[in-house]
Amino acid sequence: MKKSLYIAAKDLRSEFRTKQMLNSMLIFSLIVIVIFSISFGDVLSQTELVEKLAPGVLWVAFTFAGTLGLSRSFAGEMENGCLEGLKLSPIDRSSIYIGKTISNAILMFIVELLTIPIFIVLFNYNISGIPGLALVIFLGTFGFVSVGTLLSALSASTRAREIMLPVLLLPLIIPVIIPAVMATGTILTDGGIGSIASELRLLVVYDLIFFVVGQLVFEYTVMD
Amino acid sequence: MAPIDSIISITGLSKSFGRRKALNNINLEIKKGEFVTIFGPNGAGKTTLLKIMSTIINPSRGSILVNGIDAKKHPEKIRGMIGAISHETYLYDELKARENLVFFARMYGIENDNIDSRVDSILKSVNLLQRSDERAGSFSRGMKQRLSIARALLHQPEILLMDEPYTGLDQHAAANFERVLMGTGDSDVTRIMITHNIERAFELCDRMLIMDRGEIRFDKLKTEIESVEEFKEQYLSIVEKDTDAEGISNV
Repeated sequence: MKKSLYIAAKDLRSEFRTKQMLNSMLIFSLIVIVIFSISFGDVLSQTELVEKLAPGVLWVAFTFAGTLGLSRSFAGEMENGCLEGLKLSPIDRSSIYIGKTISNAILMFIVELLTIPIFIVLFNYNISGIPGLALVIFLGTFGFVSVGTLLSALSASTRAREIMLPVLLLPLIIPVIIPAVMATGTILTDGGIGSIASELRLLVVYDLIFFVVGQLVFEYTVMD
Repeated sequence: MAPIDSIISITGLSKSFGRRKALNNINLEIKKGEFVTIFGPNGAGKTTLLKIMSTIINPSRGSILVNGIDAKKHPEKIRGMIGAISHETYLYDELKARENLVFFARMYGIENDNIDSRVDSILKSVNLLQRSDERAGSFSRGMKQRLSIARALLHQPEILLMDEPYTGLDQHAAANFERVLMGTGDSDVTRIMITHNIERAFELCDRMLIMDRGEIRFDKLKTEIESVEEFKEQYLSIVEKDTDAEGISNV
């Protein structure tokens, strides 16, 4: 676990120095929110419609910004043969996966943290259940990143990695995105964690499955 | 059973990628402290052999023992004994030279208390201590290669694997690389190098191998070879004979 944290810290240090991935994810996420708010401009005064549309808009922004970030996650490791350098180290391959998952999740959390206030303003929202929303976003993001990191490693060595990643990732994250959108919708209108218990259970189960499977199969995705 | 003084013992090693056979029944004993150079045309299987030695890829058949440890059973133990230098630097451009080494020191399990002193001493030995707070990405190719040597020697490996380390280096940088390579690390470090630079390798090594089509076709101590010219002739006769044979069979 210690070595995974070192890998995550190394990734974050590199990223905060260049901010390449973070800036593009953030800009993309904000553009999605702004475009949707402009296109739904006429209905933003109708609370009932907004409550139905907004959770989907929020997760579209997160998903696509996240996919953008994930596509760069292993691309950096391919430069100068760094992934091979890591593979030559006496560490368990799953440490690389865990480290990368942690750093990708932290980057996504930062983007989400900066996107939500803009979303609240543009969609004219009254946020009531912050802890519930934070929990849903945490679980949804973790599930998304668990699958995404694995597929990012898988597609990194292919020639068309920018195309390959979304093609593989988007169908696989549907089981995470659907309960996340439903729970976000409920929490934004109702505000109680109790009312989203079934969605939370689903998210926890999917997160665990994807995270464990990711660790088990990661070795084969980075094998020469 | 490997001979007692062998640090690497390879028996019946074969590797196939699909239908293509990259290595075919390799048997090789390498003694502790030996400097072995492997020559061969592109596609001869040299890099595959080195990657199997470093446990990055698994063989299709055969066994490899490093210091008596089975590579299939304990790959992590073997990776801890190996330092690798390649034409790729394995360095993160956005990290400073020191940060790169500290990161890899942690990956190799060097204790936190010893990391700073170890990094300082290795940076000094490759003459980069003054530039340690600069990003690796801003370094010249020669400096990157020196930092790459520092990264490879950081954990004091018993075996140093080098895959075409001269690639991209000018004459001056290549001479510098050799000076650093021969001047750092213990004299009993076993060195295995793949290169196309026959003259330079002839000066440095103790033993020369020629690989072709996944097989070792030549294996002699340097003392058994009269001159570099004789070795070049041997090399060309082996490689050209196979190329001619392939050409005829293609026709």
